[in-house]
Amino acid sequence: MTAPVTLSLAVNGAVHEVTVPPRKLLSDVLREDLGLTGTHVGCEHGVCGACTILIDGQPARACLTFAVQMEGHDLTTIEAVSEGDRLSPLQQALHQVHGLQCGFCTPGIIMTVTAYLRDHPDPDEVEIRDLLSGNLCRCTGYQNIVKAVIRAAAEIRARAPA
Amino acid sequence: MSVGKPLAHDSGPLHVTGAARYVDDIPVPAGTLHVAFGLSHEARGTIAAMDLSEVRSTPGVVAVLTANDLDRPVDVSPSAHDEPLLSTGEVHYHGQPIFLVIATSHRIARAAARRARVEITPRPAVLTIDDALEAGTYFEGGPVVWTRGDIKSALEAAPRIVEGQIEIGGQEHFYLEGQVALALPQDDGGMAIAASTQHPTEIQHKVADALGLPMSAVRVETRRMGGGFGGKESQGNALAVAAAIAAARTGRPCKMRYDRDDDMVITGKRHDFRIRYRAGVDEDGKLIGVEFEQFVRAGWSLDLTPPVADRAMLHADNAYFIPNMRIVSLRLRTNTASATAFRGFGGPQGVLGIERVMDHIAHELGMDPLKLRLANLYAKSGKDETHYGQPVKGFELADIIGSLAESSDYHKRRAAVAAFNAENDVLKKGIALTPVKFGISFTLTHLNQAGALVHVYQDGSIHLNHGGTEMGQGLNQKVAQVAAEGFGVGLGRVRITATDTGKVPNTSATAASSGSDLNGMAVKAACDEIRGRMVRFLAETHGLKPKSILFKDGKVHLGNQRLRFVEAVQECYMGRVSLSATGFYKTPEITWDRVAGKGHPFYYFANGAAVTEVVIDRLTGEYRILRADILHDVGTSLNPAIDIGQIEGGYVQGAGWLTTEELVWDDKGRLRTHAPSTYKIPACSDRPAQFHVALWGRKNHVPTIYRSKAVGEPPLMLGISAFLALSDAVAACGEVYPALDAPATPERVMMAAKRVAG
Repeated sequence: MTAPVTLSLAVNGAVHEVTVPPRKLLSDVLREDLGLTGTHVGCEHGVCGACTILIDGQPARACLTFAVQMEGHDLTTIEAVSEGDRLSPLQQALHQVHGLQCGFCTPGIIMTVTAYLRDHPDPDEVEIRDLLSGNLCRCTGYQNIVKAVIRAAAEIRARAPA
Repeated sequence: MSVGKPLAHDSGPLHVTGAARYVDDIPVPAGTLHVAFGLSHEARGTIAAMDLSEVRSTPGVVAVLTANDLDRPVDVSPSAHDEPLLSTGEVHYHGQPIFLVIATSHRIARAAARRARVEITPRPAVLTIDDALEAGTYFEGGPVVWTRGDIKSALEAAPRIVEGQIEIGGQEHFYLEGQVALALPQDDGGMAIAASTQHPTEIQHKVADALGLPMSAVRVETRRMGGGFGGKESQGNALAVAAAIAAARTGRPCKMRYDRDDDMVITGKRHDFRIRYRAGVDEDGKLIGVEFEQFVRAGWSLDLTPPVADRAMLHADNAYFIPNMRIVSLRLRTNTASATAFRGFGGPQGVLGIERVMDHIAHELGMDPLKLRLANLYAKSGKDETHYGQPVKGFELADIIGSLAESSDYHKRRAAVAAFNAENDVLKKGIALTPVKFGISFTLTHLNQAGALVHVYQDGSIHLNHGGTEMGQGLNQKVAQVAAEGFGVGLGRVRITATDTGKVPNTSATAASSGSDLNGMAVKAACDEIRGRMVRFLAETHGLKPKSILFKDGKVHLGNQRLRFVEAVQECYMGRVSLSATGFYKTPEITWDRVAGKGHPFYYFANGAAVTEVVIDRLTGEYRILRADILHDVGTSLNPAIDIGQIEGGYVQGAGWLTTEELVWDDKGRLRTHAPSTYKIPACSDRPAQFHVALWGRKNHVPTIYRSKAVGEPPLMLGISAFLALSDAVAACGEVYPALDAPATPERVMMAAKRVAG
């Protein structure tokens, strides 16, 4: 086994120093070393999307990334999506429109969609279906997730300065 | 009123912020150890030698245990005592746990387990239904046979005979959160367990047995699961027991979770079936008799196969009156993971069997399949008794189908599909309407009981606990609505708490769609008890008749006086009224003789119907679900939003089972589709382009909780309409009946289209 390495990770606006084995996955470091358990591990090989986080603002699979690769990058997890106690429009919509059941896939979906809506504020339904095809949900049949994304996008557009 | 409102899931705000805790998210004490299994690499054989020295010497490994190292034989089966936690010498399937590793981290335990050298002398494995038939490896001593009427004479006399066979694949649950359990040793030798399980009481029982403790020394808590679908009814036993044994050995907290590949290899799935059928009909399509042979691949141990296979027999009629019937069920032992509960619990396979028969008959007679189905539906006047002798009451399907056919424009669209197919050579469309009648109650009658515990505190807050488990289905939300209704207060007063064997004992699994029916009633009973005590006390102290005291809108109405709920509670507390109660419920009216196959096993039936339209490319087999319309009966809904969510999710999961979800085992008995990269559950892009779901609003004819109906499993079978729409599209490619097997993967659709075209 290779000796542990010490690295600093910028997560949700704070810098953390961790000492971890070089092959430790980012998902495990977030969950075990930083206690950020909102990033869920579903399939552990990059297919289900439950562990999606943002690396420099772009959605990525934390289960396919080594923590040691992340020095100098800016990481965002589900824990930093709300604005203080205020849920983001997408978080609010997923809750109110029943876009979740067991909730395990929800954080990954929020990370994927949050990044997309930032750059594409007015997606149509086909686009949303395509966008979400890399995030598996076993409970909902996706109908209400799509509805929630549509509602959140409208809310974000309404809030944006003209 | 909180009952009947479309309130959002109580954990929603926790889920969207990542704050909701699943078992693997619970902060653990320092020094917590992790457990992993070493697995068999053969499907069948005898362990000849085991060298675990490299496992033991791996840095971070604390202990390695085999069956011989355990204090007593340890069984993890739900009832048959045929599943040793670790192999005792014989190996029965590829992936069977042989030893366990306790280490300082999850990854170290898993990596170390792979350094074992286990020599297994292989024996020829019985893998498929054909293998098992040839080897004669039956559970329960041979076939189970139920009959009604005189099938032999009926088939001899029938003007037309339609016969065939369908292979029905199994299904992986693919709960997004894998199996996991955490064991915390207590100072008195007891054990506390947090587990992702639908059956905390069974975990408690199995852990107690494994440790040689009374059940009272083991406490199991389940806050929530990240999906269950039946896969956490019995399949979590092994992890909780292994973690508990490791914790008892080391005196340290121990956690075990399967990673996804291990989870899919080790745990059971939906039973795959082969159903052979021979149906006699008259020229108008009226069924005279049907004979079914259901071949059930059960895997290596019994697990829940008997009730699953029974339920398949109990649903072999689906919604149709069949005057003469014979069902033969063969429960086959194979060297594969032991098949287990999965949403529908055998019902879906039974329903698909008869729906396939209807589809086949319609094709042979050149009849509209819907007309054929309507002609055979259960009806009054002598056509209202099932093959097992239960009268079919409150049967709404004729009305539901009529209404759905209209709202979905079925007849016009069927004509449009035919017109499209006449004009297109490569793309072919298909449409199908299928009904569901699903029996509600555990067929093991004693399981139809539930308990609840309710406390009202001095500040007017209400602590709610019941025996059901939350797996995303919104059970806690529904039950909280029942409690709020019971005290006439807002939901904000009701605190839903984790399922806990220390609060409500002897619970049944949250299964058989029974969660709200049973636990809702138990909670209502507890609330009624406390409210009754409050009413009696307040009536006495205020000099009123009990009848004049009402709990409504957050107030307690005492004649002309109104107290805030909290004021009434405080008066009662000061008057030394007990504000805590248990509630209990058992389902009335049910009886069942499973050997004879006769009785009244179900309290009532849930009904629904779906129309699905698909398009296929007959040259590649590629297809799309274009539109699905559903009308489903949940009685008077406790929460329409949650119910619609269950229906949408159930349909998509059912359609997935019969289309893209293919389990592939190789000739060595190894599961080759053990991750979502190769095992395809529906993605968002697979869901119907148009999806219309509505609730049938009539109240349940029996007095269930607020006249609602169970909703967990029945909608899964609505997905059968997607499968039969594909069959319809393939049928448009030629003259021959497609005889599609399930799952109808694009490969199967392409091959069937070729076959049909001749």
